[in-house]
Amino acid sequence: MDIPRHWRLKKQRYALVGEVCDHCDSKVFPPRDICPDCGEEAKTLYSFSGKGEVYSYTKVFEAPAGFDENAPYTVAMVKLEEGPLVTAQLTDLDESNLEIGMPVEMVTRKLRSATDERGMLVYGYKFRPVMA
Amino acid sequence: MREVSIVSIGQIPVEKKSSLNLRSMGASAIANALANIDPEQVDAVFAGNMLSDELQGQKHLSALIADTAGLRGIEALDVNAAMASGAASLRMAYLAVASGEADLAVAVGVEKMSDGVPTAALAKALDAENDVADGATMISKNADLLRQYLKHFDVPEDAMENFAVNAHRNAKNNPNALFFGKSVTPRMVRKSRIVHHPLKLMDCSPISDGAAAVVLAPTQDARAFSDKTIRILASSVATDRFSLNQRKNPLWLEGAYLSSQKAFRQANVNLNDLSLFEVHDAFSIMACLQLEAVGFSKPGEGWQLAKENKIRLNGKIPISTFGGLKARGHPIGASGLYQAAEIYLQLTQQADKNQIKRPKVAMMQSIGGAATTVISHIFGN
Repeated sequence: MDIPRHWRLKKQRYALVGEVCDHCDSKVFPPRDICPDCGEEAKTLYSFSGKGEVYSYTKVFEAPAGFDENAPYTVAMVKLEEGPLVTAQLTDLDESNLEIGMPVEMVTRKLRSATDERGMLVYGYKFRPVMA
Repeated sequence: MREVSIVSIGQIPVEKKSSLNLRSMGASAIANALANIDPEQVDAVFAGNMLSDELQGQKHLSALIADTAGLRGIEALDVNAAMASGAASLRMAYLAVASGEADLAVAVGVEKMSDGVPTAALAKALDAENDVADGATMISKNADLLRQYLKHFDVPEDAMENFAVNAHRNAKNNPNALFFGKSVTPRMVRKSRIVHHPLKLMDCSPISDGAAAVVLAPTQDARAFSDKTIRILASSVATDRFSLNQRKNPLWLEGAYLSSQKAFRQANVNLNDLSLFEVHDAFSIMACLQLEAVGFSKPGEGWQLAKENKIRLNGKIPISTFGGLKARGHPIGASGLYQAAEIYLQLTQQADKNQIKRPKVAMMQSIGGAATTVISHIFGN
């Protein structure tokens, strides 16, 4: 991805900023300006707590380009406590405890190594188990 | 709108690595389909393909294939709907003939996946900013769905086994199938290696090369081209929320539901009229969820149709009658046209060992992305 694209996405990718619908109060992530539930305009910014639980997950061995160095890694669908599902890698993981429903929280981590010609390091959200 | 019929089909065998290049594969499928038809009569070619830009560095494929096939001066357009590109090209050809714009149209689907590494290219059917950016792939998304399905409905881990067994049993008799002549036992499915837990290798369709084509004409003129023709009773497309994440219940394929409902209305048929259903079994979990969305079982029970052998050739609703995506092979942009060609063979009683008894009405569904775009076609005699 280009630098301007990362710049544009940084609130979303670094701070889990989405939107809230003024009409039905649905929380929207990623931001899309239209509420997926009621179809009305939803442009009010909303910071998600970063807390949620694992909806489903799998371990990726054959990684797409740019992720090879991390493989194998665990990528999950995380259900945020405010409602939306997000795709994210899990980190700091004791795999023996991993199961659907496990509570997790958002952290910022390096997502991709500087393998493209621009030499860009890409940071974003991952989720880790909530410390007991 | 005019009624439209399929008057001819052409397939080349699905292979792990074809010795032909991409354009020649497409041209060969067209040549097979036009074996008994004067190519001069063709008005338009619609080519379905997903990956040529990535794997061959080739865009503008339809014109290239038309030229290679010796079809000069005609309309030739690329059609893309991710993994449903083949079915999308069939729909474009259908619309061209139905509208009266074309009197003879060819839909061709072609994919040569052996020219590169397709995993990352296939993932581009997902959301680049929100799924792919976090390392998800088509395979990981299907593994997520399978894991959630097993947990949510409290289903045994071997529930999907018979989808693969059934597909392979049917592919064994299909000379165009990647797994032609190969026996696959339930034990082999059970013992197959884990790709992305809980997805096993035998839950996944194979990466392969292939091309297939169908020729469409107005029903009123169909007999001029062949004495074996079938009618297209419905052609419909529906889309769901783009990402699984945006759906209230990712295990319910709303796109497959809406697409099939539209098609049933158009064709004026219902579930019980279907003699067979060519599903998009790129992953067994997709076949299972599709059977549920179309209405053959309640949510959470699609796997039981496989378990109880109701999907076999002599079952209540036969699926993947020539091997499906799982065992005929899934050369992405070609798969929809293989489905259409196979239904043509079934309805014209040319399916040989895999022939279903007196089939009347058949449906195919092709899926693009994470069940985002779903294209249905219904055919009858």
